[in-house]
Amino acid sequence: MSQRIVVDPVTRIEGHLRVEADIQNGKIVDAFSSGTMVRGIEKILKGRDPRDAWAFVGRVCGVCTSIHSLASVRTVEDALNITIPPNAELVRNLMFATLYMHDHVVHFYHLHALDWVDIVSALKADPKKTSEIAQSISNYPKSSPGYFSDLIKRLTKYVESGQLGIFANGYWGHSAYKLPPEVNLIGVAHYLEALEWQKEIVKIQAIFGGKNPHPNFLVGGMACSIGLDDVSSINAERLAHVEQLLKDAKEFITQVYIPDLLAIAPYYLDWGAIGGGLGNYLAYGDLPTNGYRDTSSYKFPPGAILNKDLSRVYEVNMREDGEIQEFINNSWYDYAGGNDKGLHPWKGETEIKYTGPQPPFEHLDTNKAYSFIKTPRWKGNAMEVGPLARVLVGYASGKEEYKEIVDSTLSKLGVPATALFSTLGRTAARGLESALMADWALDFYDELINNIRNGDTRMANMDMFNPEKWPAKAMGVGHTEAPRGALGHWIVIEDKKIANYQLVVPTTWNASPRDAAGKQSAYEAALMDTPVADSNQPVEILRTIHSFDPCLACAVHLYDETGDQVSKVQVL
Amino acid sequence: MSSRNERKSYYEELRHSGYSRRDFMKFCATVAAYLGLEASGVSQIAKALQDKPRIPVIWLHFQECTCCSESFIRSSHPIVADILLDKLSLDYTETLMAASGHQAEKCMRDTMEKYKGEYVLCIEGSVPTEADGVYCMIGGRTSMDILKEAASGAKAVIAWGSCASNGCVQSAKPNPTGATPIHKIIKGVPLIKVPGCPPIGEVMAGVLVHIITFGTLPELDGIGRPKAFYSKRVHDTCYRRPFYDAGLFVETFDDENAKKGYCLYKVGCKGPTTYNACGVTKWNGGTSYPIQSGHGCFGCSEENYWDAGALYARAQPFPGFGIESDADKIGTAAAIATGVGIAAHAVMTNLRKSKLIDDVIEEGKEAEKEL
Repeated sequence: MSQRIVVDPVTRIEGHLRVEADIQNGKIVDAFSSGTMVRGIEKILKGRDPRDAWAFVGRVCGVCTSIHSLASVRTVEDALNITIPPNAELVRNLMFATLYMHDHVVHFYHLHALDWVDIVSALKADPKKTSEIAQSISNYPKSSPGYFSDLIKRLTKYVESGQLGIFANGYWGHSAYKLPPEVNLIGVAHYLEALEWQKEIVKIQAIFGGKNPHPNFLVGGMACSIGLDDVSSINAERLAHVEQLLKDAKEFITQVYIPDLLAIAPYYLDWGAIGGGLGNYLAYGDLPTNGYRDTSSYKFPPGAILNKDLSRVYEVNMREDGEIQEFINNSWYDYAGGNDKGLHPWKGETEIKYTGPQPPFEHLDTNKAYSFIKTPRWKGNAMEVGPLARVLVGYASGKEEYKEIVDSTLSKLGVPATALFSTLGRTAARGLESALMADWALDFYDELINNIRNGDTRMANMDMFNPEKWPAKAMGVGHTEAPRGALGHWIVIEDKKIANYQLVVPTTWNASPRDAAGKQSAYEAALMDTPVADSNQPVEILRTIHSFDPCLACAVHLYDETGDQVSKVQVL
Repeated sequence: MSSRNERKSYYEELRHSGYSRRDFMKFCATVAAYLGLEASGVSQIAKALQDKPRIPVIWLHFQECTCCSESFIRSSHPIVADILLDKLSLDYTETLMAASGHQAEKCMRDTMEKYKGEYVLCIEGSVPTEADGVYCMIGGRTSMDILKEAASGAKAVIAWGSCASNGCVQSAKPNPTGATPIHKIIKGVPLIKVPGCPPIGEVMAGVLVHIITFGTLPELDGIGRPKAFYSKRVHDTCYRRPFYDAGLFVETFDDENAKKGYCLYKVGCKGPTTYNACGVTKWNGGTSYPIQSGHGCFGCSEENYWDAGALYARAQPFPGFGIESDADKIGTAAAIATGVGIAAHAVMTNLRKSKLIDDVIEEGKEAEKEL
């Protein structure tokens, strides 16, 4: 007999996720992932000005803030055949890189670390020994015995106050925590340092986009004009600020994040064989270096990998009817033409039909529909998206940068390449692409400076901004790589208004319920066979789920009221 | 171990955390500036933080995108971030808390029982009212259910951001889920709205610090927003305002006028109809704000802003000389940030000298031609 356990709310994520898992003999034998909140943003978009869409969809997520706006302006530019100036491409790349460095660091320290780092154990650390370890792994200056002993004092007082705040009721002391007190203490120290640093890096988005979270974008380019002779334009002072922040970011990532990752991983190498899941990976690619339309110029190459076979990268066509489709067999929706077929986003339809239990309830009926998330498939395959997918596609595409960083990391940890297909692999891939990003961002910056030096200060192509120039009907698709994985938006413009707008987002791929054939999506598949030592404290479930960096507001955000005309709206 | 009497004051905590008395006073001065207090207010804050025990906070997430939490952790003064994470006793927040599932629910229950009538309830997100509330469920309960229970024992409720204050994007037409702001559901508990998508991090910190310090909500305007941060139009505190008054506008994005930083009114700036602190406090530690980075304000702190006209449509015509009465109040209002006062005074001065400014700009343009 198996035992059903429920984790709801899954915390340290964005949004509302529920996981139910059946445990037998200390292992997960079945798992169900459910999104339990909807807002309906695509429906709200209907009839609005396509140039405004970026602002609406930007509000899909405030954690991966800016990425939906980026996808949106690209979608509209695709529909209206707008090519943006090189500087705007570079500024968008810098916005993108800023988001990644912020989001990955915050994920590692503030959302994921507490699955591996035991904060209570850190109190027992020897400051001197901690200092020696810290200095052996990095030249980060905050590493003296005094620094660590002050921190222990601070933590001790905190614990003694009895008000544990965000650290209350954690699984402290659980047998799955393996780090020595000293490494735990380093983790806690950098939790606090990262919290300080993260508010700095986002200033780059504020400089180019006016604020963060939710910076501003513009169809046709970016609104931040370059004007070297004006105090409120992008001038030498603003650019110098960006450069400084990028250098500081590289320092933090190379001196703190990566060394910590490499210091913690050796204690959890068994997680290199747990949580692998599907073995199918999908990336749309991003970071153009020769314009968005030239996908061969991307720093993140596009492609798909099936069955862990790194010898072949498949091409993905987002416009092709039979490639990306969404199913609703186990979601709280209805399709007019029957619930067994999948629909391409341009042809999607949506009608919500909540059939779950009336709250309050203890369990979902997982034999029936059990989520507000739809189930996307690529050519019928369940796909994992995210940092691991990107790194594997880059690696399998033979890109030198990826080969170098992946192979050297594997050899440092003394694990085979198969360890990549795992919970640990996912968490490591996030770190590796952050390290790549820190370098790339400085390259983008240098290129921007070069352009300006050469007299090119264009930041927006406004030729098609006036709707009077638009065709009667236009369709577009835009893609990017959100920190959590492949992100696509599809638009249909009719009579200068949005006739249809659809998003298929990373967490839709990863967190969706199973399909018609009963095939699981990434979260559920990755949880299979995971050992759970204590079903009352399922830290193992959190490790694997957090390794995906869930973002539920993204995954679940559309619904169309029963009885409405639904042929053009897409549920996620 | 967790009885109230053992709760340390902020000052004690700070000293234990290795901060000096000097750091502490600096922090108090920063807080005072944000709250718009005179120098004498610094000692008042210092005293409050030295004497008062920490306030437990429950922070709930409903229909939202977590941008408010993200903005909050960007609050730019390190010591403020430390206070709010360590010193405030943030007992429940799904974004950051270590515990999940039953253990997380226990955190909330414990605080609701132990600190009944004492905890501050922060709400991020709106509440869906359609379909008996099933469009937002946590732990098998509806957000409506959870909100009502949590609010019943709260000392005060803070509605973070536009979602909780006015419904924000999910309540835009046709509002498919019946997304409803908090004040329409909760009655009988003091409530403060901190609108914006998101609100500025320092504004969020400032509101919390006011409550900690004085044990009351800050003074609110007619619709429940703190006057300190929402009593001035973005337009009235905009450094590009002189260009508006002089009739110098960006005609299209990235044109020559955009490169010169002219007024964005004609490309859709909603500054004239938006009340927020962006022009003064700015964003991300004072780095910039939308207008400074070349895009108009689109009014994210205003009710119904998603349905109030397209982003790039011009706001209603707005007279250039209509703020004198507001500006006159500036010298006397007690809780207006110093910065607001200075900026508004500058605007007022500019208005009085608008003719002069016109002339200077003309001169400048002539000079530019010569160059």
